[in-house]
Amino acid sequence: MVKSKKVDNLLLRAENVKIYFDQRGNGKNVVKAVDGISIDIMRNEIFGIVGESGCGKSTFGRGLINLLPLTEGTVYIDDKDTTQLSKEEMKDMRKRMQIIFQDPSACLNPRRKVKEILMEPFKIHGIHDKDVINDRIIELMELVGLAKYHLNRYPHELSGGQKQRIGIARALALEPEFIVCDEAVSALDVSVQAQVLNLLSDLKEKLGLTYFFISHNLNVVYQISDRVGVMYLGKMVEVAPYNSLYNKRYHPYTEALLSAIPQVDKDEQKQRIILKGEVPSPTNPPPGCSFHTRCPKKFSKCVTEIPLLLEVEKDHFVACHLYDSFHEIHNR
Amino acid sequence: MIRSIIKLMKSNYLFTLGCFICLCWILAAIFADFIAPYGPITQDLSIRLNSPSLEHLFGTDNFGRDIFSRVIYGGRYSLLAGCVTVLLAGTIGSIYGAIAGYLGGVVDDIMMRLSEMILSFPSLILAMCINAALGSSLFNTMFALVIVAWPTYARLMRSVVLTVKENEYVEAARALGASKWRVLITEIIPNSVGSVLIMATTDLGNQILMFSTLSFLGLGSAPPTPEWGMMVSDGVNYFNKFWVAGFPGLAILTMAVGSNFIGDGLRDLMDPKLRKEF
Repeated sequence: MVKSKKVDNLLLRAENVKIYFDQRGNGKNVVKAVDGISIDIMRNEIFGIVGESGCGKSTFGRGLINLLPLTEGTVYIDDKDTTQLSKEEMKDMRKRMQIIFQDPSACLNPRRKVKEILMEPFKIHGIHDKDVINDRIIELMELVGLAKYHLNRYPHELSGGQKQRIGIARALALEPEFIVCDEAVSALDVSVQAQVLNLLSDLKEKLGLTYFFISHNLNVVYQISDRVGVMYLGKMVEVAPYNSLYNKRYHPYTEALLSAIPQVDKDEQKQRIILKGEVPSPTNPPPGCSFHTRCPKKFSKCVTEIPLLLEVEKDHFVACHLYDSFHEIHNR
Repeated sequence: MIRSIIKLMKSNYLFTLGCFICLCWILAAIFADFIAPYGPITQDLSIRLNSPSLEHLFGTDNFGRDIFSRVIYGGRYSLLAGCVTVLLAGTIGSIYGAIAGYLGGVVDDIMMRLSEMILSFPSLILAMCINAALGSSLFNTMFALVIVAWPTYARLMRSVVLTVKENEYVEAARALGASKWRVLITEIIPNSVGSVLIMATTDLGNQILMFSTLSFLGLGSAPPTPEWGMMVSDGVNYFNKFWVAGFPGLAILTMAVGSNFIGDGLRDLMDPKLRKEF
C-alpha cells in the first residue's frame, strides 16, 4: 500500500501487480485482468477478497503464488522477490505457498487413489522414504478430519466435502505458510461449507497459516476474514479491517456490494443499493475511475483522473475521489 | 495388474470374448504349421473354386488352394503388420500430440503444421510413394504405414490434452512444484490416453486393410503370400463364390471387433470411474 510505512510481521507484499492476457498476441484486445494492485498481507491473518465474477480475484490470487506470470510488478515474500527466483529457488518457494481450489472434483486426479495424490507432494520434493511419507499422510488425514480407510479410495468415491478436505490436506503436505483459497467453499453446499470454513480457521490457529481468501460469497468472507479487500474490474477499490468495514463503507461500490448481503433480521436489512448497467469490459476499461460508469455519486473528476488507494481512516484504504480530502485530514 | 485383468474378464464378457478371439488368431498364426491341413501355396487346379466342404472347410480359391489354410497362415502377415503399425503409430502419435498440446503456443503450431503436412497427402498415395522409394518389403511397408498413420493419433491426443491440461489438478501439481515433464507424465497423459486406445483398437482392422491394399498394388507382400487383405481383393473377382473373399474378410472383421472389445475393456480398466460399474 504505502511504501514508506514500516510494517512488522509482514509475510507478503504485492507491489503494483498487473496481469494482462494478450488474447491475439498483437497488443490489441488485451484483457487487463489485474491492473495495478498493491497489498500487504500479514503473518497469520486471513485476507478476504470479494468482487463480482470476472473482476480478477482468482487471477490475482494465482499471480501471488506465481502460478500465472505477472505482466508487471513484483510479489515479495519475506522480502524475497518471487519474480526473480531461479527454477530451484522457485521449487523451494512452492513449499511455502499453496492453493486450495474451487471445484473439489476437478482438483484431484481421477486416476489416482487418495493415497497416491497425497504422496505426490513428497515425491516432487525428493522425499522417498516410505515410512516418513506414510506417517505424514496419516497425520494430514487426521488434521483434516478424514479416516485412514479413505486413503484407498478414488476421488469419485468421496463426497464433495471429503474431496475438498483431501485438497486441503494436499495443500498442507509441505507445511506452507501462505495459502490461497480460491473460492474454496463455493462449490460445497451450505452445511458442508460451514464445516470446511471451521476446519480452515482451526488449521490457521493450529499451524499458524495465512490465507488469501477469495470468494464471491460476501457472508463467507465476512465470517472468516480479518481484513477484506474489495475488487472491481482488476483494481482494488477498498481495503479495510473487518471491523472498520463493518462500521463504515466508503467506496460507493463497496456500499452497493455489501448492501446485497441477505439478512435474517428484517430490521437489519438496509436499503439495497441497486447498480445500473453492466461491468465494463476489462479489455477496454473506462478512463479515470473504472467505476464511474455505474457510480451513483460520480462527478467530473471521476471521468478523467484515476483515484489512488489512500488511507482515509486508520488502516482503511479507499480508492475514490469523494474521499480525497479525508486522506489529507487523516495524514495531518 | 494381472489380478485386475482377471477381475475385468470375469465381469466384462465382451472383453473376455475379445481376448479369446485375438488369442485364437495369434495362436493360429504361430502354430499354423500344425493346424493348417494344406500348405498355403499348394495349388490343385482340378478343385478350383470349390465351395466349402469337409475336406476344404472354407472352400478353395481360383488356383485350387485351400482357403482355410491360407487364412491360418495369413494371420502371420496381417496380424504382424496391423499390430506393429498401430502400436508404433499410436505411441509416436500420442507422445507427439501430447507434447504439442501441452506446451502450446509456437511449439504447438510448428509441431501440428508438420503433422498436417503428412495429413494433407492422400494417405494411400503417400504410403505408396514411401514404399516405392524405399523398395518393397514387409518392413518398409509397415514403416510407410506408420508414417501415414501417426498424425491422426497426434491430432486426437492433442485435442484431448488441450482439455485435460485445463483441469485444476494440473494446476495443483504445478503449485506443488512439479516440473513440466512430471506434470505431463503423471497428470496429463494418464487422463488422456483413453480415447487414443479406443481409436487404436478400431484402427487395427483399418491398418490390416491398408496393408492389403498396398499388397494388392504390388507393394508390401507379393502373391502368392497368403495375406488376408490380398485374399479379399482376389475374391472380388469371383463375386458369386462368396467363400473366396468372405472367409478372409471374416477373419479381418473378427480381429477388428475382438481388438475393439479389448480396447474398450482396457479403457474401463484404466478409468476408476468406469471400473466401478462392471
